[in-house]
Amino acid sequence: MTTVDRALDHAHDDHHDVPYLTGKGGPIATVWDWMTTVDHKKIGVMYLFTVLFMFFLGGVAALMLRIELFEPTRQTAAGITGAAFAGGEGSSVGGVGKFYNTVMTLHGAIMVFMFIVPGIPASLGNFFLPLQLGAKDVAFPRLNLASWYVYVFGSFFGVYVILTGGIDTGWTFYTPYSTSTEGQPQVVAMILAVFILGFSSIFTGLNFIVTVHKLRAPGMGWFDMPLFIWAIYATSIIQVLATPVIGVTFLLMLFERLFQIGIFDPGLGGDPVLYQHFFWFYSHPVVYVMILPAMGIISEVLAVHSRKRLFGYRAIAFSSLAIAAVSFLVWGHHMFTSQGELAATIFSALTFLVAIPTAVKVFNWIATLYKGSIALTTPMLYALQFLFLFSIGGLTGLPLGALSTDLHLHDSYFVVAHFHYVMFGGTVIAFLAGIHHWWPKMFGRMYNEFWAKIASGLVFVGFNVTFFTQFFLGTQGMPRRYASYVDEFTTLHQISTVGSFVLALGFVVHLFVFIHSLIVGERAGQNPWGGLTLEWETDPIPLEHNFRHEPIVKHGPYDFESVVPPGCDEKDFPLPPQDEVRTVH
Amino acid sequence: MATIDTRASGLTKQEPLWKRYVPGHHWRTQDDEFDAAKIGIWLFLATEVLLFSGMFCAYAVFRMLYPEAIAAGSGYLDWRFGGINTVVLLISSFTIAMAIRNVQLNQQKWATINLSITWLCAAGFLAIKFIFEYGPKWAEGKRIGNLFSYPYASTDHEHIWWSIYYMATGVHAAHVLIGMGLIAWLIYRQRKGAYGPTHYTMMEGVGLYWHIVDLVWIFLFPLLYLVH
Ligand code: HEM
Ligand SMILES: [Cu+2]
Repeated sequence: MTTVDRALDHAHDDHHDVPYLTGKGGPIATVWDWMTTVDHKKIGVMYLFTVLFMFFLGGVAALMLRIELFEPTRQTAAGITGAAFAGGEGSSVGGVGKFYNTVMTLHGAIMVFMFIVPGIPASLGNFFLPLQLGAKDVAFPRLNLASWYVYVFGSFFGVYVILTGGIDTGWTFYTPYSTSTEGQPQVVAMILAVFILGFSSIFTGLNFIVTVHKLRAPGMGWFDMPLFIWAIYATSIIQVLATPVIGVTFLLMLFERLFQIGIFDPGLGGDPVLYQHFFWFYSHPVVYVMILPAMGIISEVLAVHSRKRLFGYRAIAFSSLAIAAVSFLVWGHHMFTSQGELAATIFSALTFLVAIPTAVKVFNWIATLYKGSIALTTPMLYALQFLFLFSIGGLTGLPLGALSTDLHLHDSYFVVAHFHYVMFGGTVIAFLAGIHHWWPKMFGRMYNEFWAKIASGLVFVGFNVTFFTQFFLGTQGMPRRYASYVDEFTTLHQISTVGSFVLALGFVVHLFVFIHSLIVGERAGQNPWGGLTLEWETDPIPLEHNFRHEPIVKHGPYDFESVVPPGCDEKDFPLPPQDEVRTVH
Repeated sequence: MATIDTRASGLTKQEPLWKRYVPGHHWRTQDDEFDAAKIGIWLFLATEVLLFSGMFCAYAVFRMLYPEAIAAGSGYLDWRFGGINTVVLLISSFTIAMAIRNVQLNQQKWATINLSITWLCAAGFLAIKFIFEYGPKWAEGKRIGNLFSYPYASTDHEHIWWSIYYMATGVHAAHVLIGMGLIAWLIYRQRKGAYGPTHYTMMEGVGLYWHIVDLVWIFLFPLLYLVH
C-alpha cells in the first residue's frame, strides 16, 4: 500500500488553533458546534455533564429510599415524601411496597447503566486519553460522537420510564418476575434502554483500544504510557467483550416479554438460571468497568500530588490486565444459591483470585506515598479516601466470596454495604478525585480549594455513616430490597438515613464550588499540579487540535525526581539533590 | 513504500476519488488510518461472535433440557434449503473477497461484477429463507413464542425450539439484510471511483463483516438442520 503524506496538508489547520472552549460566534452557532463536534474534548465534557445529571436523578431516588427507611413501617414517611409512599394499604405488593420497589429499581438501573458504567471512561477518559497519548483525537471521532448520541437516546428511555411510573423489577431484571410484572411498556422501555446503552459502551471501548494501539505519540512505548491509560485500556477490553452478552440477553428478554418465547420464563418451560448466568457473565466483568478507570485515576493523582515515581509501575499495569482477564471467570459468585455445589466451589475459588491483582495495586499505591512530598489537595484527599474505603469494600468481598458465609450474607444489607463501598467509596470517590485533578485543564480555572475540602469531608463522613451501618444491619439479618423492617433495626437505619443527607449536602457544596469556579474561578496556569504526563503540555485550555507541536516523549510519566514539569518553574517543584536520585527502571 | 503527495504530484479533479483520498486530520499516515480501521473491525467482529454465542448457549442448554423437543424441531427443517443457502453464502463470501482483490488491482469493472454477485447471493439467501422456510412454517402455525399454534406438536416444549430457531436465524437474517445495505453502498461508491489500490478501507471492512455473517451461518446450519 502506498501512503499519502498528510504533513503537507496542514495549511488549512491554522483556524483550529484556538482554545477548544472558545465559542463560535452567536449562541446558536456555538450550540450547533457542540452538538456536531467530533472533538474528543467537547464530547468528554458533554458526557461529563450528562452522566452527572444521571447521577443527580439516581441520587434523588436514593434519598427517597432512605427517607422511607427512616421508619420501620411503611406509611410514616408520608409527610415528607408526599402521597406516593402513603398511597397503598401496606399490602406486600401494591401501594407503598410497589412504589418503594419502583424507586429502588430506578435508583439501581440509573446508577449502574447510565452513570457508573459510562461515567469515568466516557467523560474523563474521552478528554484525557488522547491528550495523555499525545494524539489529536481518538481513532474514530465520529463514532465517538455517535456513542454520545446513542447514550442520550438510551437514557431517554430510562427517563421515559421514570415519567410514566417506573418499573419494579430491580436493576437485575431477574425472571420470572421481570417477565410477568405489570407495566409492559415501561419494562420493555427499560430493557431497550440498557440494550441501546450497550452500543454506546461498545463504541467507546472499541475506539479507545484502537486509539491506544495506533495513536501513541512518537517515543511512547507501551510502558511509557500513564497508568490511567492502562486502566482505560483494560476497561475497554471488558466493555467490548462483555457488553455483547448483555445485548443478546436483553434481546432475548425483550422477546420474552413481548412474545413469551419461553427461554427464560419457567412457566413456559424456560430456564431462569440461564438468565442469571447471562446477566452476571456481563454484570460481574462490568463491576471492573466501573472500578478500573477509578484505579487509573488514583494512580495518576497519588503520583502527581506526592511527587513520587509510582512504585511498581509494571505491576500496576499488568494487574489491570489480570483483573480484566479474571473478571470473566467469576460471575457465578452472584449465584451461589442457585447452582450446584461443585460449580459454586469452583466459582468461589476463582473469586478469591481477583483479590490478588487488586491487592497488588493497593500495596503499590501505599508504597508510592512512602517518603513522598504529599500535598493535601482535594484530589489527594479523595485519593486517600479511596485507599481507605476501597480496601473496606474489597475486603468485605471476601466473606461474600466464601460459600459458608455468603449463604448467610447473600441478599442482605451486607451485600448492599459491600458494593456501595466499592462503587461509591471506590469509583465515585475516584471520579471526584479525577474531576478535581483535571478540572483546571478542562475548564482553565481553579476551584476553591477550601470549600472543596469541606465538601470532601462531608462526603467522607456522610458516606461512612450511611453505609458502614449497613454492614451491621446485614449481619443481623436485614434483607435487601425491603420497604419495611422489624423494630430492632430502627436505630441503625435512622443513622444511615441521616448520613445520606450529610452525603447529599457534600454534593451540594461541590456543585456550588464548581459553579463558582466556572464563573469567577481564578485562571489556572498550564500545569497547576506539576504533572509530567502529556496533557499538562497543552495550553491552559487545550487548543482544538490539542498540541502546538506533535509531542515527542522523552521522559517517563512519573520521573518527578529528574524532570521539571512542563510549564512550571523549578523553584515551585524543586528536584531532589541529584545524589539522592536513584535511577529506577 | 511509495508516497503519493496529493499536491506535489499535481493530481486534479479528473483523477478518481481513491487517488484524492486524504486521511483524517489526526492520522500521521494513511497506513495508520487503515490499520486502525482494521483493528476496529476485528474488535467489532468479536462483539458479533459474542452476540451469537449467547444464542448458541441457549441452544445448548435447551438441547440438554428438552432433547426430544429439539430433535422433533430440527426434524421439521429441510436440510436441502439450508444446504442451498450455505452454498449461496459461501459463493458470496468468495465473490466479495474477489471484489476486494479487484479494487486492489484497479480492475473496477470486475469489482462491480463481483460485488453485484455478492449482493444477489445475499438477496437469494433471504428469498429462499422467507419463501421456502419462514413462510410455509409460519402458515402452519410453527411460530415464535405465544404466536405458536401448530396443532400437531409431538412434544411439550416445541415452542421453545421455534423460539430459538426464529431468534437465531432471525438475528442472522437481520445481519444479512444490513450486509445487503452495506454492499449496495459499496457498489454505489465503487462506481464513483472511491476505491482503488491505495484506498479500499470500506471494502475491506464490509468484506470482513460479510465473512463473519457467513461463518455464523456455517455454525447455525448443522446445529439447526443436521443434528437431531
Ligand atoms: C476483592 C474484590 C471483590 C470480591 C471478592 C467481590 C465479591 C462479591 C460477591 C461474592 C458478591 C455477591 C454477594 C451476594 O450476592 O451474596 C458481590 C456483590 C457485588 N459486588 Fe463485589 N466483589 C469484589 C469487588 C467488587 C467491585 C470492585 C465492585 C464494583 C465496583 C463490586 C460490585 C458488586 C456489586 C454491584 C454487587 C451486588 C450485585 C447485586 O446483587 O445487585 N464488587 N461481590
Ligand atoms: Cu461479582
